[in-house]
Amino acid sequence: NKIYKRDTRVLQDELNRKILDSLLDFTRKCSSARQHSDWASQMRANEIPTAALVLGVNVPDHDITFQSLSELLHQSVTPHVASVEAKECGGTQLKVLERLMDTVVDDDEEEETEHTSTQLHKSVNCSLSALCDWYITKTKVGGQSTTEHERQQQPPVVIIFKDLEAFNPRVLRDFILICSRYIERLPLMFIFGIATSPSTIQRMLPHSVSSLLCIELFQSLSCTQHLATVIDQLILTPQFPFKLNAKVMQVLLSIFLYHDFSVRNFIKGLQLALLEHFHSQPLSVLCCKKKEALLNVMQLSHRDLERIRQLPSFKRYVEKQESQEQVNLITDDSHLKETCRKMIKGLHKYHKNYYPILKCLHTLTSALPRYPLGKQIRELHLTCLEKNVWENEDYQSAMKLLKMLAKDDLIALLQRCGEILKPVKSKKMKSTAFQLEELLTKFKQLDSNEEDSITSPIKNLQKKTDLFQLQKTLLEMNETRRSKKLSPFEILRNEALEFIDSLVKSHLSPPESQTLHEVCYYSSSATVRRHLNATPRTSIQAALSSPYYYLQNENLKTEDGTVSNAAPDICIAYKLHLECGRLINLYDWLEAYATVVSAADGNDPDSDGYGKVDEVKHARFIRSVSELEFLGFIKSTKQKTDHVARLTWGGC
Amino acid sequence: MTALLQHPGYDEEKLRRVAEQLPCREVQAGLLLSLMGEPQQYSYPSIFIYGHRASGKSHVLHVLLKELELHHATVSCVECVSVALLFEQVLLSFFGCDAASLLPRSPSLSDFVRIYRQQRSQSPAKQTRYLVMEKAELLRDSDANLLPALLRLQELVEDNVTVILLSEIVWDKFRPNTGCFEPLLLHFPDYSKGELQQILSQDRHPSYSAEFYSSYINILLGVFYSVCRDLRELRHLAALNFSKFCEPLEEGKVKETDTHKLWRNIEPHLKKAMQTVYLREVSSLQWEQMQLMEEKEAGALRGLSAHTHVELPFYSKFLLIAAYLASYNPARTDKRFFLKHHGKIRKTNFLKKNEKTSNHLLGPKPFPLDRLLAIFYSVVDSRVAPTASIFSQISSLVTLQLLTQVSHDDQLDAPKYKCAVSLDFICAISRTVNFDIVKYLYDFL
Repeated sequence: NKIYKRDTRVLQDELNRKILDSLLDFTRKCSSARQHSDWASQMRANEIPTAALVLGVNVPDHDITFQSLSELLHQSVTPHVASVEAKECGGTQLKVLERLMDTVVDDDEEEETEHTSTQLHKSVNCSLSALCDWYITKTKVGGQSTTEHERQQQPPVVIIFKDLEAFNPRVLRDFILICSRYIERLPLMFIFGIATSPSTIQRMLPHSVSSLLCIELFQSLSCTQHLATVIDQLILTPQFPFKLNAKVMQVLLSIFLYHDFSVRNFIKGLQLALLEHFHSQPLSVLCCKKKEALLNVMQLSHRDLERIRQLPSFKRYVEKQESQEQVNLITDDSHLKETCRKMIKGLHKYHKNYYPILKCLHTLTSALPRYPLGKQIRELHLTCLEKNVWENEDYQSAMKLLKMLAKDDLIALLQRCGEILKPVKSKKMKSTAFQLEELLTKFKQLDSNEEDSITSPIKNLQKKTDLFQLQKTLLEMNETRRSKKLSPFEILRNEALEFIDSLVKSHLSPPESQTLHEVCYYSSSATVRRHLNATPRTSIQAALSSPYYYLQNENLKTEDGTVSNAAPDICIAYKLHLECGRLINLYDWLEAYATVVSAADGNDPDSDGYGKVDEVKHARFIRSVSELEFLGFIKSTKQKTDHVARLTWGGC
Repeated sequence: MTALLQHPGYDEEKLRRVAEQLPCREVQAGLLLSLMGEPQQYSYPSIFIYGHRASGKSHVLHVLLKELELHHATVSCVECVSVALLFEQVLLSFFGCDAASLLPRSPSLSDFVRIYRQQRSQSPAKQTRYLVMEKAELLRDSDANLLPALLRLQELVEDNVTVILLSEIVWDKFRPNTGCFEPLLLHFPDYSKGELQQILSQDRHPSYSAEFYSSYINILLGVFYSVCRDLRELRHLAALNFSKFCEPLEEGKVKETDTHKLWRNIEPHLKKAMQTVYLREVSSLQWEQMQLMEEKEAGALRGLSAHTHVELPFYSKFLLIAAYLASYNPARTDKRFFLKHHGKIRKTNFLKKNEKTSNHLLGPKPFPLDRLLAIFYSVVDSRVAPTASIFSQISSLVTLQLLTQVSHDDQLDAPKYKCAVSLDFICAISRTVNFDIVKYLYDFL
């Protein structure tokens, strides 16, 4: 599924395009402004143009952004782009410079075979003056060959600070001071990548330094919006046959929302699920485009067909059939293949209808107060995946709220639904779109009729003259009001909502109800969780308290809470240390250890050597203790010399 | 204004040009000239010049040395992160790159002196060489012997060389405790208002008359002089607001001489500029764009500090809240806040004598990782598995500078942290997760 990967990449680029474009404009403007020599820009000449790019806390995503940014800059504005990261540039600004020289100069060495730059680089120490000299010779050479490009003569040197917060403020300060000394000769430009908020610039740099910068702010898309688009493009579309079931989706989303806000990690998780699905589910050969899937069905071997018969969803299907059909399905392979083809078609049709209706329902409900079905479409998607939406309480309340909508709002919402449904190609959706249109025209016709209906009872009222009749009519009117005789609009509204309700009931049933859903849906949430959200401490404790879990050695199998004598030394030491308090006496521990180990050796409990500490046991004990120390369970303490302190609590 | 600089040994014409370029610094320039003496005469070994930012120290020296065509090297101490760079730059500008390449890989002071002497004997000085060190306060952080050696460089290399140190700090803060050669001290006082006016009026716009520009400067100084006396900053402000000042003129509403009307027009703008541009909330480019825009739209452009909102993952928010609580509550009170049946313990029971001052006045206190996690688990409603990503969130909070790690870098041995966010910030964060942080803070009990 290379398509899948390529698509994510394209998508990312798409998302960043807007902000990158504005950045590019900024750099172009800055470089061109240097050429202008009007009075105002001359007065400003000693400021370094700086773009502050606010990217949000999802640091792992930034790499892609910066990569495409520097590529774009390279292509369209300047060949001199260097990006520096805090962890590369340690403590002094020398390192920053070194990195800078490396990237800027090396880039050009590849392009040109001239040896001047290499010699310069080797002979002179890394300093900005050396860079400046290099730049001047460089532009001179470039100027002779390409005189027609005036702007190309002085392409700016762009320096990207990927993670501003992580830089040492002192280093940054000095670096900017140095750069500002050279700004007249060297057209420098900075781009700061900021994760938190722009006020960090002011916090990190004193006024004397920040006054050397001409900072412009760029805000990137928030990561939740980013995720929404990713989900919309990758998950809520029938284009990709691979799907996630509710639990896996939940795991991925909770990692995103609770832990890292990283869209890249979300996509990685998706890819992992994809990989696992194709790896673990043999029937995943059918998880591809419709035509291929239909072909693949015909080529299924007998073993694969048996697997299909084992699928729970298929079993359910079989049970519903008549007895003759049941026999056929179970014994006749070719018949099964035919039914499979039908089912695959059905599955694809289900997907085609599911997403438009989901989007319709979302547009209807997302405007409601308090968001009974969630603000984001992913929440609605999750509830739909889990079980029948229409049995959900929130759904009922949403429907009730919808029944109270004013006319204009309802019409607007229905129109939007119509727009969603129109581009869909399937026949069913076409007919529903048509029905929706009809409803809308009815609503519009109401406008003209409405006035009559309101005025009519009053007209009647005027006709009546005698008292008794009047009383009668008034009573009647009262009664009608009490029985809530619906106005035509209300009738129509209910009709529309019933139509929506029927749509939801027929198309938004959870995927589990579909036969053969196992082919497309990946369901092992535990695997995904284990891979993406590791729990190192829990697994260490599990390994120590029940070694059988990992070693799979029959000798180690025990009841809960106990450790066999034959377990590895460290497990025994761990078990013994759990029984102690905060401070552990090493000698007591050793004694207890020796007793346990002697039992394991099978020594006679009455013999002399039993429980005695010999050299081997002593060494083994010391080793396991130091291993425990390495794992962070104990540490030496200064309170008592022959004691160690325990660092963990509970978890026996 | 031209109290002409006069000194034997220098060309009159050159001196006149120097004087023109140094308004309001004639006294200092004259003093320097007399210290330097005639070009071929030996000068005083070291001169120390101090004065506030933008009081013209570097400018005066630069103009003097450049216009009088004296042999000199200017080195900024910020730039010379290592002594090697410093030596290299000095040799490079005195004797050319051949000499600089003679330096060994990590040169010591004696290497420098040796090569200097060697070069000097090959090309003896006919004139005094001047070595100007800018931002000399940074020399104090480098090797202990560097500053004393530079002060008596003349003796060491036996050459006609003078070292001039420029700094914003007085000499008393420099004097090493081992003692050293005392340089001549020279103070550059701050510019007065009149002097500022005179200097700023010099860089006038070419298409307007000098009187007009100086009246503009007058208005500008009237607004800003009370808050800012930094020449550079004032020059920046003057450049930014001039176009606005000229606007009515270009529209033909007022004449150049009608200063009162012009003042009425520009004053509100200057006031606004004081709030935004002076603090660099808005960059100069943006400010210019803003002036082009209509008045009502201008509000849309917000300064840097207006964007304080930070989006964080759910658990990161709680980790930050826990860190804040751990930083500002005494550890003894944890029991009262986070245990279910803590009984009725009043604040007075807790109060020790020294704790009467608010913890918020004292600033955040360091806390160990265990305490952070313990508070975290009791603050978060649901059960949270101690996964790797929880721990990585702590370290990512550190890189975002929302937490700071105190003490050693050893991660294994119970690291300690401090919370580095403000009360407003944490209140905003806890509001988004429906957590009433004030109820859990000891100070607000």
